[in-house]
Amino acid sequence: MEMKKPVIKSIPYEEFKDNETLEALIQELNKERTNVLVGKLDDLINWGRSNSLWSLTFATSCCGIEFMAVGAARYDFARFGFEVTRNSPRQADLIMVAGTITHKMAPVLKRLYDQMAEPKYVVAVGGCAISGGPFKGSYHVLNGVDKIIPVDVYIPGCPPRPEAMLYGMMQLQRKVKVENFFGDKNRKHKRSEMPSDPIIVTNVPISQNENSEEK
Amino acid sequence: MSPTFITLDEFRPRMEELRRSGMDFLRDIIGMDWEADGLGAIYALENSSTKENIQIAVRCANREKPQIPTVCDMWSVAEFYEREVYDFYGIEFSGHPDMRRLFLRNDWVGYPLRKDYDESEAINPIRMESETPEDLQRQTEIEEDEARELFVKQTNKIFGDQYIINIGPQHPATHGVLRFRLALDGEEIRKIDVHCGYIHRGIEKLSEKLTYPQILAFTDRLDYLSAHQNRHALCMCIEKAMGLEVTDRTQYIRTIMDELQRIDSHLLFLSCAAMDLGAITAFIYGFRDREKILDIFEEVTGGRLIQNYNVIGGVQADITPDFAKKVKEYCQYQKKKINEYNDVFTNNTITRKRMIGVGKLSLEDAISYGCTGGTGRASGWACDVRKRHPYALYDKVDFKEIIYTNGDCYDRYLVRLDEILESIHIIEQLIDNIPEGDYKVKTKPIIRIPEGQYSTSVEGSRGEFGVFIESHGDKSPYRIKFRPMGLPLVAAMHKILKGAKIADLIAIGATLDYVIPDIDR
Repeated sequence: MEMKKPVIKSIPYEEFKDNETLEALIQELNKERTNVLVGKLDDLINWGRSNSLWSLTFATSCCGIEFMAVGAARYDFARFGFEVTRNSPRQADLIMVAGTITHKMAPVLKRLYDQMAEPKYVVAVGGCAISGGPFKGSYHVLNGVDKIIPVDVYIPGCPPRPEAMLYGMMQLQRKVKVENFFGDKNRKHKRSEMPSDPIIVTNVPISQNENSEEK
Repeated sequence: MSPTFITLDEFRPRMEELRRSGMDFLRDIIGMDWEADGLGAIYALENSSTKENIQIAVRCANREKPQIPTVCDMWSVAEFYEREVYDFYGIEFSGHPDMRRLFLRNDWVGYPLRKDYDESEAINPIRMESETPEDLQRQTEIEEDEARELFVKQTNKIFGDQYIINIGPQHPATHGVLRFRLALDGEEIRKIDVHCGYIHRGIEKLSEKLTYPQILAFTDRLDYLSAHQNRHALCMCIEKAMGLEVTDRTQYIRTIMDELQRIDSHLLFLSCAAMDLGAITAFIYGFRDREKILDIFEEVTGGRLIQNYNVIGGVQADITPDFAKKVKEYCQYQKKKINEYNDVFTNNTITRKRMIGVGKLSLEDAISYGCTGGTGRASGWACDVRKRHPYALYDKVDFKEIIYTNGDCYDRYLVRLDEILESIHIIEQLIDNIPEGDYKVKTKPIIRIPEGQYSTSVEGSRGEFGVFIESHGDKSPYRIKFRPMGLPLVAAMHKILKGAKIADLIAIGATLDYVIPDIDR
């Protein structure tokens, strides 16, 4: 059974940007044929998962206020199934990294990410989380969260408008839809993405890092 | 106003004398690195009743082991300010009870705000292992008890043998990334240890490399809920130093925008305080009305939360033709909605039970800790900068300074609710009289400030926001210091929390209304 293009009710497929990435993902998944029964089950589960993405409330600065605005009356992300925010990483599907990550915060963020249950996603919200933003070049700022955890969706802006956040979340929904839930194809893919680059994460002994990922 | 320099030997007696003479409000301690002249600190003091100001500077030539006597026995807030100076400059304050780093990790190498600090990644890489708290290096003793059995006795350096729990940095009720470590006795809080710095972005150091117009962008991101006021303070400081007069139209626009921002911030305060106490409806109401202000901001400035509106010599863009109409409509709307908050939250039994009498801060403590803003005014301290040292148009408009006297959570909440109405009152006096004219004075393309020290402060949304600039005549400052509004509030927490229940921590934290990026800078 072949995987189909992900459909989001509110926006037509063609109007999304960066369809190529998804199509490449679909192609890769379609190389190995899936059993119809498992495929159908996958579809059903992914439909459910993509419409109930629970995020961890993780806001360090300005973007967090905009995230609250997305949750409040006017923008109301409950329309898309994101309304439940969790305070515990164990119950969250994704982490919205909203705000600057500093040297002191970096190990905390990594730990929260490690505590989340698979499958898990990361959305980098705002300039600071993407690249350090206006604080790039500071002695205490991490220049982009993708140096310590793998990022699924980047939402640029300083801070991004609520509409941008909703769009980013819809992109994530599409990404969730093109996954094989059964089997660990996706997870393997993710694990290989994990940065084990010793240049960035200097002080961690590499062997220890690998061990923790093995678990 | 330039600071008076005194020698190290004179320092303690002089400070004691000043304290006795009624200088009871320590506004700020500014760490300084004068390179060849040594390291030092500038103390900004104020008399809370006569509003008299003085700045005292002290320096010590020894760069290897600089020491200044502490003043934290006279002004309680100095305990945190001195830790900050120690963190950034390595100046030890002799006699300080708890000389630890405040913002950076305790394994950080070097003192970042020193001029000779080496910023290379090799010295301070991103450390991915968790920081070991200093007090975990326990003092271990092996003792023998009566039954002649050996056991290990461990005492914690900070907490003794009390039971410790950790809250934060990732916790929904800390309003960002603040971390507390609490010593508990049952449900009662015995001691609190605050850890800041999880969002310390090094703004002051970054600013030393950038030009003045570039620095403006940082002020909005310090306390994003008083973005206008912060930027107003910095613009005012630079304008004062340059001797630049802004037009009346600019003053009107700035004042109105400041007040709109204040309402915005107080609405967010109300929403978040409500949500922390479990009232989701009030949260939704507050955000609904806040969006209306953001609409006005967006139309005029182009930004919702961070507007980048004030510039040196004026504002970025002129107000739109229907600005006055929209603001007036909003004011009418907001006045009615206050009743709705009262119905849904203020007069709610649960709210009253959780706030009245909880987390009291006395007037003396409020001044000693320098808790300005709504927190100070709830304790009966008339600390509004708009009244103390009027700037912009605040000496021309008529408004009341809201003062309550109980100093508990409920009063802190009510102060802010009343200030929304007072801000609307200020806006209504100004909105119809905005004079014609230029919205911006032409400045030179490269802005330089004459040599000297300059400071200004404005009333931010949650206290006195101050800017201090030392210029050596370049296009970037030699030293820039922002007085955080939230740091004194956090410093006062251990006083407020002593004896409170752990559940009260949430109500107290919510009503103190701090914003973490403003504390950490």
